[in-house]
Amino acid sequence: MHTFAELIIVLIILLDLALAVTGSLSSCIRLVAVQGVVAGLLPLMAGAGAPHTRALLFAAVIVTLKGAVFPWLLMRARDKSGARKDVEPLISYPASILLCIGAFIASSWMGSRLPLPETQVAWIVPASLATIFTGFLLITTRSKAITQVLGYLVIENGIYIFGLALFVEQPMMVELAILLDVFVAVFVMGIAIFHISREFDHIDTAELSELSDWRRGEYGK
Amino acid sequence: MITLMMTLPLAAGVTAFIIRNDKARRALLQWTARLHFLLTALTVWMHVRYGMGLNLFSGYFGGLSPRDHAPAWFAYDALGLFFIGITSLLFLGAAHYAVAYLAAEKRDPGEDADAGFIFNNAPETVFTGCLLLFLAAMTAVTASRNMGLLWALVEATTLLSAPLIYFHRHKRSLEATWKYLLICSVGIALALMGNLFLGAAGLKTGAGLDLPALFYNAAALDKPLLKAAFLFLFVGYGTKMGLSPFHTWLPDAHSEAPAVVSALLSGALLNCAFLGILRANAVCAEAGLADFTGGILMLFGFLSILTAALFMLGQRDYKRLLAYSSIEHMGILALGAGLGGGAAFGAMLGALSHSLTKAGLFFTSGVVLASEKTKRIADVRGLWRRAPATAVLWLAGFFLITGMPPSGIFLAKFLVLKEAIRLGHYWLAGGYLFFLAVLFAGMAKVFIAMTFGEREAKAGEKPFEEPRGMLVPAAVFFVIVVSLGLYLPGWLNMLLESAAAGLGGAAGAGL
Repeated sequence: MHTFAELIIVLIILLDLALAVTGSLSSCIRLVAVQGVVAGLLPLMAGAGAPHTRALLFAAVIVTLKGAVFPWLLMRARDKSGARKDVEPLISYPASILLCIGAFIASSWMGSRLPLPETQVAWIVPASLATIFTGFLLITTRSKAITQVLGYLVIENGIYIFGLALFVEQPMMVELAILLDVFVAVFVMGIAIFHISREFDHIDTAELSELSDWRRGEYGK
Repeated sequence: MITLMMTLPLAAGVTAFIIRNDKARRALLQWTARLHFLLTALTVWMHVRYGMGLNLFSGYFGGLSPRDHAPAWFAYDALGLFFIGITSLLFLGAAHYAVAYLAAEKRDPGEDADAGFIFNNAPETVFTGCLLLFLAAMTAVTASRNMGLLWALVEATTLLSAPLIYFHRHKRSLEATWKYLLICSVGIALALMGNLFLGAAGLKTGAGLDLPALFYNAAALDKPLLKAAFLFLFVGYGTKMGLSPFHTWLPDAHSEAPAVVSALLSGALLNCAFLGILRANAVCAEAGLADFTGGILMLFGFLSILTAALFMLGQRDYKRLLAYSSIEHMGILALGAGLGGGAAFGAMLGALSHSLTKAGLFFTSGVVLASEKTKRIADVRGLWRRAPATAVLWLAGFFLITGMPPSGIFLAKFLVLKEAIRLGHYWLAGGYLFFLAVLFAGMAKVFIAMTFGEREAKAGEKPFEEPRGMLVPAAVFFVIVVSLGLYLPGWLNMLLESAAAGLGGAAGAGL
């Protein structure tokens, strides 16, 4: 029964690894979108019997948002900012993938140690933790503002899968509120990226370093 | 009543986006703040007078299984009521300040003297609208009864306040906004993990994330999962609250935002995040984990005071200085909540006094900035010659914030110290006193040099007319804080005590 769900888990882990090595910004956006859609379909596969209308409706909302709206917003931000088309990692791709694999091994170990209730789908907890780690990896080792938003979305995907693993059923209102927040977050960050590109002529966050107590920048001499 | 309190700023905020007339929009802001404060005062009065729900959601809890009736999303207990009281009072001052500020900004568009460039402001419609929506979100945070909803609303406050920080459109404020958005969003995502752990801990009891249900079933919650939940919630909301070492966004955002926004961030928003931690703490204390959570709160509280003290020395920007002082006070609040007993009462009093004092100081700093056109400490000397009233408030704010008696802050700091000694944490008490002394010295040097000192006439400087509308709110707040140190009215004492009792099992015991 859970074969499909387990296939999806494998797919999610593969997507994490792919994100760690993909250099093209647009491919990264697409990979994150695919991961969001796949994660959104997961609850339909994992449940026994026919899914409820509520679950169907919710999955539809998630798939539309993560599969269509977010990639569209991010692609627009990418085009408008006129940024270079690669992600400009601060560390090499092999190092990224090694870190990602390391994170996966660590998450498998942690998954077996955490005092969690029994899960029906194998590997779901390690997969979710590895996805969260991948999100942090994207935020910390990529220099563009847009990849940081992607990292945030990957973390969100990971947390969503983690929630499925724990069977925590939040009330509909709360889940919708969370989705709305994520949507507005991506929207606001998209606007911020647009402003950054206009103000700084690029969206490299390494330039965002004037405010600091450590370094004596231009300002504060 | 709660619905009205939330929908009023919500509706006003949406309306503010479409009003074209500046005067009408500013009047809307002012009247919404006044009405909101009136409603809040009425709610507080009703709760105190009739004793409704001063204990944790007792009005809705009453020994019944919470599953008996449909769960309400919003309700006030003493803790929530206390924080909305602070927020509403603060917003009242901020709205009056903002009206004077926006009028001044309109006449004299921005020029950044430190870097020597001219910038535009964000449209006033967006600013006013977001300000009002921000108030609506904070009202909902303090009233929410469900941890999941609380999370969503705290994240909403982040998103709504980001455009406020980016009011002055230039590079530095953009950088601050980006850091704020990203660090807080990612931090709060961790709190979402905490919520999931919390839900998992209560899975067998069917408590969900409803706070009263969690209290009711506290003994049956899964302890290791509950601990994990607290850790994640603490890191998540701690990021938003500005506890060290998750505070990195705070000095940037506070220094680059307009003064009125800094005041709201520092005085109201940090409290809202603190409320998230306190709710989690209360559930854990109810489940018998008070020692564990108390230890964590104390550790990070102390760390924040230490960090603030280190960065305070050698600070070059006076708004950053105030931001580090906020980190210090958040540390004191966490320390007080962790110690429990009398210190929990101190923490509540500290939250109130700090909010008012720090808001007053930020208001004054806005006037200093308008007068001196720089945020560099070294370039502001002899303030009293140019702007005497501002200088008096600036110095008064310094004495209040560092805890000179008589003031609510002195009382709060003293209660925390007393409890630390009573519980035998001598090293903690010693370190606490030492770093408070360092903070006092560090701030004294700056404030005294800025107020007195020899003033050199700057080229092309016009005489400065102090804007009364921007100084009066600060003065009123300072007077309230001083009177809090002298006399605590009975109703406020009762509210503070029930709020402190709401922190959780161990906290109420010492009273």
